[in-house]
Amino acid sequence: MAFLELENLNKDFGAHRAVDGLTLAVDKGEFVSLLGPSGCGKTTTLQMIAGFVEPTGGAIRLDGRDLLMVKPARRGLGIVFQSYALFPHMTVAENVAFGLEMQGVARAECDKRVAETLQLVGLGAFADRHPRQLSGGQQQRVALARALVIRPRILLLDEPLSNLDAKLREEMQIELRQIQRTVGTTTILVTHDQAEAMALSDRIVVMNKGRVEQIAAPHEAYERPATPFVANFLGKTNLVNGANVRPERITFAASGLAGTVRTRIFQGNHWLYQVETSHGLVTVIRQNSGEAMPAEGASVHLAWSASP
Amino acid sequence: MKSTPYLLSLPALLLFSAIVVVPLVMTVLLSFHDWGQYKGIEPVFVLKNWREVFTDSYYLEMFGRTFRIAVMVTVLAALFGAPEAYILNRMRSPWRGIFLLVILGPLLISVVARTLGWALLFGGNSGLVNKALISLGLISGPLPFMFTETGMVVALAHVLMPYMVLAVWAALQRLDPQVENAAVALGAGQFTVLRRIVLPQAMPGILSGAVIVFALAASAFATPAIIGGRRLKVASTLAYDEFLNTLNWPLGAAIAVLLLVALVLIAAGTNRLVERRYAQVFG
Amino acid sequence: MSRNGPLALCYHALFVVFMLAPIVVVCCVAFTPEGFLSFPTDRWSLRWFRAIARYPEFVSAFWRSLWLGALSSAISVAFSVPAALAIARYRFPGRQSLTALFMSPLMIPHVVLGIAFLRFFTQIGLGGTFAGLVLSHIVIVLPFALRLTLASAVGLDRAIEHAAVSLGASDWTVLKRITLPLVMPGLVSGWALAFINSFDEVTMTVFIAAPGTETLPVRMFLYIQDNIDPLVTSVSAAVIAITVLALAALDRAYGLERLLVGRGADGR
Repeated sequence: MAFLELENLNKDFGAHRAVDGLTLAVDKGEFVSLLGPSGCGKTTTLQMIAGFVEPTGGAIRLDGRDLLMVKPARRGLGIVFQSYALFPHMTVAENVAFGLEMQGVARAECDKRVAETLQLVGLGAFADRHPRQLSGGQQQRVALARALVIRPRILLLDEPLSNLDAKLREEMQIELRQIQRTVGTTTILVTHDQAEAMALSDRIVVMNKGRVEQIAAPHEAYERPATPFVANFLGKTNLVNGANVRPERITFAASGLAGTVRTRIFQGNHWLYQVETSHGLVTVIRQNSGEAMPAEGASVHLAWSASP
Repeated sequence: MKSTPYLLSLPALLLFSAIVVVPLVMTVLLSFHDWGQYKGIEPVFVLKNWREVFTDSYYLEMFGRTFRIAVMVTVLAALFGAPEAYILNRMRSPWRGIFLLVILGPLLISVVARTLGWALLFGGNSGLVNKALISLGLISGPLPFMFTETGMVVALAHVLMPYMVLAVWAALQRLDPQVENAAVALGAGQFTVLRRIVLPQAMPGILSGAVIVFALAASAFATPAIIGGRRLKVASTLAYDEFLNTLNWPLGAAIAVLLLVALVLIAAGTNRLVERRYAQVFG
Repeated sequence: MSRNGPLALCYHALFVVFMLAPIVVVCCVAFTPEGFLSFPTDRWSLRWFRAIARYPEFVSAFWRSLWLGALSSAISVAFSVPAALAIARYRFPGRQSLTALFMSPLMIPHVVLGIAFLRFFTQIGLGGTFAGLVLSHIVIVLPFALRLTLASAVGLDRAIEHAAVSLGASDWTVLKRITLPLVMPGLVSGWALAFINSFDEVTMTVFIAAPGTETLPVRMFLYIQDNIDPLVTSVSAAVIAITVLALAALDRAYGLERLLVGRGADGR
C-alpha cells in the first residue's frame, strides 16, 4: 500500500470540472511533480491534499487513513506557498518556530530544531532578520525551513521557484533536490516548468484540463510520451508521418528527408535549427561539437532512427 | 463557510439600517407633514412644503445662488488646483511629500478655524488685509468680502481646494511617466505635451474632483454661515433657519431632501458621463 | 522626470501662501496683546490663551469633543473590522451594495444628516443627549475607519493565514497571532482619521447638540455668530496646535501620506 493515495479525485467549481478522476499512489520518500499548463488542475489538487479545498468526489488516504476527515490544521503537512507567505511581523527564527509552537514543543528543543533547519537551508546567520530584509531566494529558503522543521509526513511545494530569476532558479533546484534527499521527506511539487519537473522528480504526473495524461519517470515520459500533449509539453518534438521525433535525434546526413534551413540559432552548447521540408517545419537540435554546421538557406537531408 | 461574510457584516449592517436608513426615511416623510406656528408638526401627508419650495421664487433664488456659488467654487478649484497637482507630481522627494502634506493637511484642521482666518483677513474695517491696504492708501474703503458671494466663493474654494488637488494628484499617479517622454521624443513641445497628452489623461481625476468639490460646496454650512451671516443665505443655512429658528421642521426637511436628491442626481449623472467617455481608455 | 521651471515654482509658492495664509493669520492674531483683533507687531502676548480659562463652556466643550471623538472612533473601528474582513475576503452577492451602504455617509451632505438625526433622536427620546451625538458621529466616521481597515485587510496575503493553519494553528490563534497584528496599522490609522473627523465636525453636530452637550467646533461656531474677537482665535490656534501634534505623531507611527492618499488608491 502506498504512503499517499489519491483515488478518483474530482473537483467542480460550478459547471467547470477543475480536476477529473485523478488517481495517484505516492511511495514514502518519493519526489513527485504535478506538471502542466496553468488551469490544468495541479494547484487545485495540491490544495485538496492540504485541505483548503474540498473535493467534490473521490478519496485521499495518508498512511492508510482517510485524510479528508482530518482538518487542515491537523494534517501535519509542510507547505511552501508560491508567494512564500512568510509572517511579515515575525523574525525568520519566529517564522520557522511557529509550527513547533503550535505542536507544543518545549522551548529548548524548539530552538535547537530551528537552528538545525536554518543551517540546513543555509540561513543560519539570518535568524533575527525580518522577511522584508531578505532577498527572494532567501525568503524562499525560510519558507522551506518553516515547512521542514515540523518533520512533515508530506512536503507540498506550490510553484516555489517561479518568482526567482533563471540563474537563481537553477541553483535552488539543485539545492532543493539535495535537501530532499538528505531529509527523505515524501514531496509533491506543483510546477508548469517541464525542465524543473524532469530535473527534480522521481516521477512526473503530466496534467491537462483536469485530467492525467501520463504518470511516469522523467526519462520514460520524455522518450515514450503516452499522448501528443505529453510529447509537446516535455521538451520540443516534431510530428513526422504521425510519429514523434525528438529534435536531438535528427542528424544532417547524406540522404533522407530533403529540406532547406530557414533559421539557425546558436544557444551555447547546442544549435537550434528550423528546417523547411515537405512535411512542414522540422526542429533540429545539434550538439555544439566544434565542427562546421549548415548555414541559413543551405540544402540539407535529415535522418533519424525510429525511437524504441 | 458560506454564511461567514454575512455574519461578519451583520453588526455594521444593523447599525446602519437603524441609524442611517431609518432617519433618512423619516426625514423624507417629515417633508410631507404639515406645520403651523401654534399646532406644531402635524403628521399628515400633504404636498404643501414641496409646492412652496418649487413655486415660491424665494427658494428658486436660494437654490440658484447655492448652485451658482458651487459652480464657481468648482471652476476655481479645477483651474488652480489641477496645475498645482501637476507641479507637485513633478517635484522630487522630499519636497513632494512635504508640500503634499502642507496642502492636504488643512483638510484635517477645523473648517471653523479656516473660515475664521478669512474673516480675519478681509472682514470689514478690522480685516487685516483691508487695514493694511487702507493704511497704505491703496484703497479708501474695505474690500467687500463679508456678506458677499465673492467672499463665500473664495473661502469655500480655499476650504475645498485640497479635495481637487488630491483627486487630480491620484489620477496623475496612475500615468506612466514614459508616455510624456515618448511624446517629446516624437517632437512635441512642452505646451503640446500638456495639452494633448497630460490633460486628457488627467481629465477623469479633474472630473471626479469636480463632483466632490461641487457636492461639498453646494451643501456647505459653516463657511457660508460665517461669511454670509444672516444676510446671504444658501440652502444649508436656510434649512438651519427653518429648523432652529422658525421651527418649521417639515419645510426645512423639504429643503434638505431637495438638496440631497439634486446632488445625488448630479453626481450620478456626471459619473455615468465620465465612465462612458473614458471606459474604453482606462478599462 | 523634467523639473519644474521658475514659472511653475512661482505659481506653487503663491498657491501655498493662499492655502496657509488663513491658518497662519489665526495663529498669529491669537497672540495679540490688544483687546481687539489685530496683528501682533511688536509684542506677543498669551493673554487670550489665559482668557480661555475664564470661559468654562469652551473648556468643557473641548473635553466633550475629545471624549466624543475617542469613543465614536473606537466603536466605529470595532464595527468596521469584521465588515472589512468580510468584504476583503469573500466574493458574496451584495458585496458591492454593502460597501456602498457603509461608504454612503460620505456622500450625504452633513446638513441632511444633521436634520435626519435631529428628527430621529427627538422621536426616540435621545434628542440633545451625548448618546445621540456618539451614534451620529459613529455613522459619519465609519467610512474612514472602514476604508483604512479594508486597505489593510485587502493587503493581507491569504496564503499567510493558510500557512499558519497548515502549521497547526486554530482559527482563534490565526486571528490573534496573525490577522489582527497584521491589520493593526490599518486599525490604528483608521481610528486616528476617524477621531480627527469627529473632532472637527460642525455642520451635523450643530443641529443635534443641545446647550448642555455642545462640542468645541459648535461652541466656536456659535460664538463667532455673535462677534469675532481674539478669544475665538486663541481657541482656534490651540485646536490647530493639537491637530498638528496629533498628525505629527500619526506620521511617525503610520505615515501621513499613506493616510491621506491611501497609497495611490482612489482619489479620495
